[in-house]
Amino acid sequence: MGLTIDIERKLPGFKLKINLSCGQEIIGILGASGSGKSMLLNCIAGLIKPDKGKIILDDTVFFDSENKVNISPQARKTGYLFQNYAMFPHLTVNENIAFGLEKLPKAEQRSRVSELLASFHLADMGKRYPSQLSGGQQQRVALARAMAVNPQIMLLDEAFSALDAHLKMHMIKEMIESLKKFQGITFFVTHSIEEAYRLCNRIVFLNNGSVEALGSKEELFRRPATVEAAKVTGCKNIAAAVRKSEHSAEIPDWGIRVATATRIEKTEGFIGIRANNIKLAAAGLQENCYPAWIADESDAPFSTTLYLKIGSAPIRSDDFHIQWEIPKDKKAELRDLTQPVRVYLDPNDVFFMIE
Amino acid sequence: MLDGILTLPLVLPPTVAGFAILLLIGKHGPVGQFLNLFGVNIIFSWYAAVIASVVVAFPLMYKTSKAAFEQIDPNILNAARTLGVSEWKLFRRITVPMAWPGIAAATTLSFARSLGEFGATLMVAGSIPGKTQTIPVAIYFATSAGDMTTALIWVLIIFAISLTVMVSTNYWDSYQQKIKLGTGK
Repeated sequence: MGLTIDIERKLPGFKLKINLSCGQEIIGILGASGSGKSMLLNCIAGLIKPDKGKIILDDTVFFDSENKVNISPQARKTGYLFQNYAMFPHLTVNENIAFGLEKLPKAEQRSRVSELLASFHLADMGKRYPSQLSGGQQQRVALARAMAVNPQIMLLDEAFSALDAHLKMHMIKEMIESLKKFQGITFFVTHSIEEAYRLCNRIVFLNNGSVEALGSKEELFRRPATVEAAKVTGCKNIAAAVRKSEHSAEIPDWGIRVATATRIEKTEGFIGIRANNIKLAAAGLQENCYPAWIADESDAPFSTTLYLKIGSAPIRSDDFHIQWEIPKDKKAELRDLTQPVRVYLDPNDVFFMIE
Repeated sequence: MLDGILTLPLVLPPTVAGFAILLLIGKHGPVGQFLNLFGVNIIFSWYAAVIASVVVAFPLMYKTSKAAFEQIDPNILNAARTLGVSEWKLFRRITVPMAWPGIAAATTLSFARSLGEFGATLMVAGSIPGKTQTIPVAIYFATSAGDMTTALIWVLIIFAISLTVMVSTNYWDSYQQKIKLGTGK
């Protein structure tokens, strides 16, 4: 199974330009709001018509501007899970799920619906109306309804954003199970890196309507290629850098030179390191070790962020260079140390990026 | 533009609407002359009263039902499309049922409006007792003739009709609400 997307669509002050191919997998689409994520889904589903390009699924041409092909959303039969679930409020759960099955005989419809109710843990909910269901149950119904018509492509648009944190984790687990059984291509749109990482194999990162980065999730998180991708994947420490050699760069803002494990190709760019990858320097280690003063700190439930200034003592609490995230229990260890502390930026964790 | 023309009778004085209808279907109007060929004259007949009511009440029907249709979440319609459901079934099973409370409200409002229609009706249908006299017109002429008893009877009748319509609409509306919440069935 393979889907090829090569489309363009102009909008005032914004241009969607996507070139992407994929097989049977779960693809995360990450990007800030307004980066074109939902529009991409709508183009695949046939709800928005691109200006030009092609969308082809195996032998079926969904859209081809050159040959003037644009088949209807009805004929594409993509499973679309909307952010607000888009339940039919005046129909029961049974009727919602059976809605796309009108062409099947009644008895077959009934058995298909009860089969879906069972597999989505909705066994006793069939006669209820959507307003009588909890958020998690509504999402299950929406997913069951979309799966009922045996789609080849599933489109999930911010599927978990309406759920509270506890339920979200539970539903993500369920979704992973459901998608494992699904024989098709899944696109999962989100702005949450955590959700994308948990659910997807590959991640497409959109910025301003185009694909800025595309790769396995591990690669995208370990070494983002662009500043935007680094920011979206949660990298807190990014600074302009100048190449000094194949494996080292100077960071004027921090007043240091760092060694990197990967080769630096461009003469100018940016250096990044994740806040949780910074370590306390071991005795005897010299390379990539720097004296740093703690300018400020901020507590999260299970971790603490320390704001560090490299090279000299900070004047104010907002006078810092990098953020260092440590588990709560490590904080006590630090208390015994005198400032400045020596921090270590592992060359394997330091990455060079372009704008 | 079309929207403007369709809602114009809402802001025009009814006598102006009546005058326009008169120009159109009167003896010398284009529609009136055409109908004359078949020996039909609708001015000062009950047909004219109906036309006047429809013209004056139409904007309420149009505006209110349009709002009801526009209120439907486009995602719901899109969800139905991606399920492979035809546009016709979509309209019948989703759009109309979801807009139904709004359509019902629109009907009630326009019914009430045409029940109270006075100006345009008087212009095009006159006030022929037993033929084209509507209740509001009858009340007006009874009052101006000093026949307060007749006027009061008509007032009570129209009061009863309006109240019945409003109460039953409210009742029906809450029944609909119950169905939506699933406690009605």
